[in-house]
Amino acid sequence: MWPVVVIALNTFRENLRDKILYNLVFFALLLIGASTLLADLTIMEHHRMITDMGLAAINVVGVVIAIFVGIGLVGKEIERRTVYTIMARPIRRTQFILGKYLGLVMTLGVNMAVMVIVFLATLWLYRAPVHGVLMQAVALIFVEVLLVTAMALFFSTFTTSTLSASFTIGMFVVGHLTMDLKGIAEKSQSETVKAVTNSVYYIFPNLEMLNVKAQAAVGVGVPYAYQATASLYGLLYTAALLVGACIIFQRRDF
Amino acid sequence: METIRIEGLTKQFPSGWPGRPPATVLDGLSLSVRQGEIYGFLGPNGSGKTTTIKVLIGLIRATSGSVELLGKPVGDVPTRRRIGFLPESPYFYDYLTAEEFLMFYGHLAGMDRAGLAGRVSRLLEVVGLVEARTRQLRKFSKGMLQRVGLAQALIHDPELVILDEPMSGLDPIGRKQVRDLILGLRDQGKTVFFSTHIIPDVEMICDRVGVIVKGKLLATGRVDELVNQGHTQSVEIACQGISVERIPAIQAMASRVVQRGSQSLIVLPGPAPLESALAEIRKQGGTLISVTPHKSSLEELFFQSQGQGQGQGSLAPARSAMGA
Repeated sequence: MWPVVVIALNTFRENLRDKILYNLVFFALLLIGASTLLADLTIMEHHRMITDMGLAAINVVGVVIAIFVGIGLVGKEIERRTVYTIMARPIRRTQFILGKYLGLVMTLGVNMAVMVIVFLATLWLYRAPVHGVLMQAVALIFVEVLLVTAMALFFSTFTTSTLSASFTIGMFVVGHLTMDLKGIAEKSQSETVKAVTNSVYYIFPNLEMLNVKAQAAVGVGVPYAYQATASLYGLLYTAALLVGACIIFQRRDF
Repeated sequence: METIRIEGLTKQFPSGWPGRPPATVLDGLSLSVRQGEIYGFLGPNGSGKTTTIKVLIGLIRATSGSVELLGKPVGDVPTRRRIGFLPESPYFYDYLTAEEFLMFYGHLAGMDRAGLAGRVSRLLEVVGLVEARTRQLRKFSKGMLQRVGLAQALIHDPELVILDEPMSGLDPIGRKQVRDLILGLRDQGKTVFFSTHIIPDVEMICDRVGVIVKGKLLATGRVDELVNQGHTQSVEIACQGISVERIPAIQAMASRVVQRGSQSLIVLPGPAPLESALAEIRKQGGTLISVTPHKSSLEELFFQSQGQGQGQGSLAPARSAMGA
């Protein structure tokens, strides 16, 4: 087997045995509980609210796991020194990083698949309409989760778990505000403010590009060209972060 | 043939503060380990043993100097297929069972599943963990972790085995098992390089030893030669029938004399005055019981080396008993 696959499968097994997928029970209870509550409270738009709520929950749970498992992917290996015996094997450091990343992506994929099934079951239960655009939204959420995982992994190659978590959360939050920053840059009179906000706009990922939940909730599809562009953007950013993580990891001492 | 060759290895770590000089952990270290020998890397805590091993494994990069393993520069990825490694106080993936753990490391070494199954069973037997093969490592004691760690170092049948403090945390039975295992590896023609600060471990099983203090190799060579060469030996003479306290010639030669009844014990500071002392004993009518050369132990050498390392600004150059 290729070293990347061996490490990915081991990471996947680690995640399963760390009971990460237990969050699915929490997700299901949250979704069904909230939907029941909303069905009682709202008269007109409770189908839209259930859809909105479900997609938001899938997004939040996916991102939270990506951040908190992602920061430990490599950081924990270094802190616990398990990396010593791995690096002594005939594998390249790049293969190790990619294997760890793929292992978590496998976990997140299974996690998201189950969440989507629970979500669709909930919609069916409440007789809410199921549009194709829901899957578009889910696909873009998955791209965002891939990107956030790469962010967490990138930071964990050179700093502590706490700082990695802080940096990743910061980047995630700013990533959702880049359009606002662009607006500030356009309206600001100060050249310094313009320079700073423009830099942040171009350096940080524009995560709002990957957010079509609002359209999905009302059943308005997004053009496939947009979806393809947004996905490609997210995947390229992910690849850039992984390349950065590999370069840093390649150079560091243990 | 040299299995490990280190020349002028220096490793410095940045201090982390601007203007403050880097910490030199290894300072021009040179040594070589030959194929099929057990080499003990002896030094006190903080002397640079683990740092040297980390360089050998490729976990850290040398600031300067050259390191070759099995004829290839350190960091050559395919060569690692021929090397086994056990770190100090190992911590492994504790969610894996012993069997899964060894399978994982075997796969990483490029072994196929069919060949691995038999190898895993055999190694678990060798390290005495057959009964615990389906137990997760989180439930293992420290000694068991050390043993399963040894098994992972050997899973791919490496030519060179590098062990960092392999006996630490083991009870006397466990230590003997590890010693026997290392000797068994040598019998199979493997080369073993292991670090320790426990002198009897080195004296019992090593073909050659290197003493490292403050990042410098202070001595290297065969254990028996190292403890004798360049160090004062004393000689003990046991005899009877004379009272040595009344023989000034012998008292002048001896560093210590003990008279117990008709028996005398004469301790000479070295082998040089032995013939004169024996002649004097015969001349006085004494009967010789025994002559015992007293060799300095590796422990004495170790403490002398440490004294050199700590007491002097510049350390003594490495002394090789083998000329290596």
